[in-house]
Amino acid sequence: MDKKIFLTVLSIVALSLTACGGAESTKPGVDDKSVGADAAGTSTGTGAEGKALDTKADLLAKRRVYFAFDSSAVDGENRAIVEAHAAYLAANKNVKVVLEGHADERGTREYNLALGERRAQAVERMVKVLGLTADRIKTVSYGEEKPVAMDHNEAAWSLNRRVEIIY
Amino acid sequence: MKAVLQLMTKAVLAVLLAGYASLASAILTIEITQGVDGGLPIAIVPFGGAGKDRPSQDVAAVVEADLARSGRFTPLDKKIFVSHPNDDKQVVFKDWRIVKAEALVIGSVRPAAQGRWQVEFRLYDIYKEKQLAGYSYVVAGDRLRAVAHQISDLIYEKLTGEPGVFSTRIAYITRESAGKRFSFKLQIADSDGYNPVTVLSSAEPLISPAWSPDGTRLAYVSFEQRRPVLYMQNVLHGSRTRIAEFNGINSAPAWSPDGAKLALTLSRDGNPEIYVMRLSDSTLTRLTSHPAIDTEPTWSPDGKEIAFTSDRGGKPQIYRMRVDGSNVERVTFEGEYNARASYSADGKMLTLVSGAQGRYHAALLHLQSSVLQVLTDTPLDESPSFAPNGRMILYATERGGRGVLASVSSDGRVRQLLKLQEGDVREPAWSPFNRSTPTN
Repeated sequence: MDKKIFLTVLSIVALSLTACGGAESTKPGVDDKSVGADAAGTSTGTGAEGKALDTKADLLAKRRVYFAFDSSAVDGENRAIVEAHAAYLAANKNVKVVLEGHADERGTREYNLALGERRAQAVERMVKVLGLTADRIKTVSYGEEKPVAMDHNEAAWSLNRRVEIIY
Repeated sequence: MKAVLQLMTKAVLAVLLAGYASLASAILTIEITQGVDGGLPIAIVPFGGAGKDRPSQDVAAVVEADLARSGRFTPLDKKIFVSHPNDDKQVVFKDWRIVKAEALVIGSVRPAAQGRWQVEFRLYDIYKEKQLAGYSYVVAGDRLRAVAHQISDLIYEKLTGEPGVFSTRIAYITRESAGKRFSFKLQIADSDGYNPVTVLSSAEPLISPAWSPDGTRLAYVSFEQRRPVLYMQNVLHGSRTRIAEFNGINSAPAWSPDGAKLALTLSRDGNPEIYVMRLSDSTLTRLTSHPAIDTEPTWSPDGKEIAFTSDRGGKPQIYRMRVDGSNVERVTFEGEYNARASYSADGKMLTLVSGAQGRYHAALLHLQSSVLQVLTDTPLDESPSFAPNGRMILYATERGGRGVLASVSSDGRVRQLLKLQEGDVREPAWSPFNRSTPTN
């Protein structure tokens, strides 16, 4: 039971709390299998005053950032995820990144194609501010054409409104 | 390119002359009196003739299905018929007044030389005791459905005074599961869904098919290069051309009414703007210049205006401008989200997707009064467009978790659903009036 495990538990608690807080734009990453009923159980006794931060590795494991409907604002944990990837890329200068923007199925395909591009560009602007040069970044939009969740409900839509950080 | 076009035009003209030369007879317009079920009662007698050799298609049944589908006719139950005429001499008008038919269709399909078929039909006005139309065609067996649709078009036009759309075709995109991935197809089928032909298959998404006004080409967006690139493809022989592959989005193709230009959306300068490309030399003219999203251009039928979607007011709404990009004005004010407009043939209406409270419906905007009329109650409608005669609106929607096509008459009275056995169908585009199908 070393410090690292303890930190992980703390970060899980923090994530659970964030999820409960209902901030719509910070859905837990679909890659993150640790946020489940069992993980929530471990929060007993650690107290709500614990202000844990995600480790860099936790953030780097997340390759998707999420958005509110018809929005391209990168908020909350999504911002921390982009910053972590930008820091990694700044330190690894031979790595190139593709930012793939997506939308949910509601509304029209062509408008959603434009919206997906706007989301990818919002992430692109962030990583540029954090030091990445344009020649290392490529943005592409798939609009609503490549959903990761196939249902026709808000749970699926919130996972589909995303930018994928690919490198 | 130009030479090919001219050739094509000549071929189309020749077909037109061959197929429709006999049409120049007096047109009798019948006023439709709307009954309880609305449709004009019409008796369609099973066609006679075949004997031992049976044709592959029941022409009369195809005609009956066409007319019933339009919602403007009610084909009568054959069990109540008191006679079954197959040629002119056998027609007794009194027999049809008894069953309250207002129109009668009879005909025959007989073997002709070289394995072809001779199809004859006659249309009668029962109360005026008069023949309204009578034609004969000689065709190969695989053209029998096409002839049936032409007969339906003639009947529709004689009785309603408006052209029918049964001989037109629809283009659409299908998506089927292929293991863990999907396969996408751009297909064309007859207006009743028969005879589907695959124009293009791809492992990556396809969207936004748009017919050229002469019905010979489709412009569309393919992600086969893992980004949206605009192509044009000839539907007769399959040859295709890349139209635009700039950085960013190359999308939302819309043909000018004369077929010489394409309006499109490019984000090569950083954000989506509307351009017009002259097809003869690929010259681009930029029409919009705004940091908002500008996309989904569509030409007015007179070619003088382009309507488009823009979120320059904060949310997507429909705007219009002159074809030089001047005089931009907003045209939708009702509803939180209005997008993907397309004009009716008379230019008086737009059909579009209108959203409120998270639900997206096919709707009609009456341009003069600015009245927005929502046509559906399904929440995920997309891509509405008018039939070439303006009577129906075809759109994509979701039913039981799957993508289906649906149509609604512009008065909202008649509704249909077109779906696949498996997979999704989406992005419908109704062809212009069919002028490229030879009749014999």
